[in-house]
Amino acid sequence: MDFTTQLLIAAISAGTPLLLATLGGILNERAGIIQLGAEGLMLMGAVTTCIVYIRSGNLLLALLTAIAVTAVLGMVHSFLCVTLRANQTMSGLAMTLFGSGLSAYLGKSISGLPLPGTSPKLNLSWLNGIPVIGDIFGRMDYLTWFSLLLVLVLHLLIHHTSWGLHLRAVGDSPATADVMGIRVQLIRYSYVTAGAALIGLAGADMVLAYAPTWNEGLTAGRGWIAVGLVIFARWNPLRALFCAYFFGALDSLGFRIQLLGSVVPSYFLKMIPYIVTILVLMYLGYRNRNKPSGTPESLGTPYVREQRF
Amino acid sequence: MSPKNGSNAAAAVLEPAPAKPGKRFPLRLEYDSSRTRSPWWSPILSVILALLLCAIFIAANGMSPVTVYEKMFKGAFGTSYGFTETMVKAIPLLLCGLGIAVAYRISVWNIGAEGQLTVGAMAATAVTIYFPDLPSFWSITLMLVFGVMAGALWGLMTAIPRTHFGVNELITSLMLNYVALLALDYVVFGPWKDPKGFNFPGSPMFTAAQSLPVLGTTRLHIGLIFGLVAVVIYYLMVKFTRWGYELRLIGANPTAARYAGIHIKRHIIIVMLISGGLAGIAGMAEVSGVTHKLMQGISPGYGYTAIIVAWLAKLNPLGLIITSVLFGGLIVGGYSVQTIGLPSSISEMLQGSILFFLIAGDMIHRFRVRRSV
Repeated sequence: MDFTTQLLIAAISAGTPLLLATLGGILNERAGIIQLGAEGLMLMGAVTTCIVYIRSGNLLLALLTAIAVTAVLGMVHSFLCVTLRANQTMSGLAMTLFGSGLSAYLGKSISGLPLPGTSPKLNLSWLNGIPVIGDIFGRMDYLTWFSLLLVLVLHLLIHHTSWGLHLRAVGDSPATADVMGIRVQLIRYSYVTAGAALIGLAGADMVLAYAPTWNEGLTAGRGWIAVGLVIFARWNPLRALFCAYFFGALDSLGFRIQLLGSVVPSYFLKMIPYIVTILVLMYLGYRNRNKPSGTPESLGTPYVREQRF
Repeated sequence: MSPKNGSNAAAAVLEPAPAKPGKRFPLRLEYDSSRTRSPWWSPILSVILALLLCAIFIAANGMSPVTVYEKMFKGAFGTSYGFTETMVKAIPLLLCGLGIAVAYRISVWNIGAEGQLTVGAMAATAVTIYFPDLPSFWSITLMLVFGVMAGALWGLMTAIPRTHFGVNELITSLMLNYVALLALDYVVFGPWKDPKGFNFPGSPMFTAAQSLPVLGTTRLHIGLIFGLVAVVIYYLMVKFTRWGYELRLIGANPTAARYAGIHIKRHIIIVMLISGGLAGIAGMAEVSGVTHKLMQGISPGYGYTAIIVAWLAKLNPLGLIITSVLFGGLIVGGYSVQTIGLPSSISEMLQGSILFFLIAGDMIHRFRVRRSV
């Protein structure tokens, strides 16, 4: 395998958790609720997967528990933001702080223990003959295939079904949606919960396919990068795929340059994804300064029926 | 009741449904958006509820919550050593929390105090490395100036993308935290590593001339004065100056402020410079007053804890002093439970849940129970 193919494989492996978290963020924000708790949710997803997988040895059970736990946290977020109309920024920050504290607390007992296995791979041996494609797609794991499928499903859901129309209506103009008979609160609750569960699955993917054991603060800011990626992707699942893999590539590029014996200290290479996030957001902001950014129009504002604006 | 209302449980309970004769339920909840002032007891209640919630997790771990909380409280406030340690931790929380409060006044969500503190500490250490033989007064002054400037620069790097490129400051400030921590790792493992430090990552120890004076034999240093002076200046500035008036105006109604001709962009840049500068002082005070050298983990998440300190204090100066002491105690208490085999992250868990209950409590009190007619 040449350098580019290896980098592509690494980019997909590092990009999949980012992709899942970004898709979760897109679902949240399309419904009009900001989800800044992504980092805490990913950590909770990761730690639950580790604990259940190590204790029971059952991968499916571990994934389901991770999804359930983060879905419950998503419901807490929606209760605060939808029903109580609390400050969404603060609720997200609380989620991140609580998630990182609780995950460190729960994960203390299994810290550093190896997982019984990784995410199983789908072996498409007939692809192996083809040079680059075979190397990349021949042995991808189920979660990666699932994330690719999800991109397609969410794209179709958001842009080509009436459910997606309702979702977009709730995120753009909840008052109009309410008048049209769409259940604004119910839709917000469901998508915020589903989005949180996806972000939790992203955390599970981190430990199953990327970092093999639990460590405190394992995600190292990837949840926040995903929050940024939602903006790069302009709330669009197909763009999210490319953005997530681009960042996956950046993430693994630093590591690979280091392996090649670079003179640049590794600390600077590790800074690349964070700095590029800021620069790309600045570029997008500059380019789109006079254009609509694609932000759901009522993002961040709670909906109060019968309130005048 | 309309079918729309009936089908959504949350809406049915909380929405002020149009009053109709013959309702089934005699009481209903009404949302009053004019009640923006939250009651004085909401921070206290949220602390109590957070303690109860975390007690469940502690009990699930097979420990007695009473023992754990007793241990934490005794560790933080029970002994004179514990109490001065709490005050030592309260200093960076007060300085960072104050900076965060200034920014939050106009809804600039700075969560980069952690990074701003780190670069402040690095800049102060740079003074000790490049100007090692300055007399005490000049050395401390220069460290302070460098710390403030580095923190303010880090704040500016968040403010400029926000004002000129429309980039959400939450993301920028957080990304810069990671950049600052990696830069810290680089200098303590690389160019600034103490050659006599037995390969331990960290800068050489500061000399007495480079260390802040301490109170008697305790570790409580003069940084406390910096914090208290800053709080008084904050109070006076916000209360009595034109700048403070404009800040309050933007906080109350940004659209009206813009029509009144207030330069919101300029204000965002100024508050981020102040916010970063104060965190920079905190970083300088940490290295110069407490650790006396630059090393990894210079901050156990002060920048994040300070967010809750500021929010719990409702951005109020006196409240900031009280909450920073409380959270200083929480951090010290977190360390003291390590002796009974619990991780210190228990304090982070408490902090997150306090914030949850606080924002919920602020909103819950806006709902009023009314007898439906």
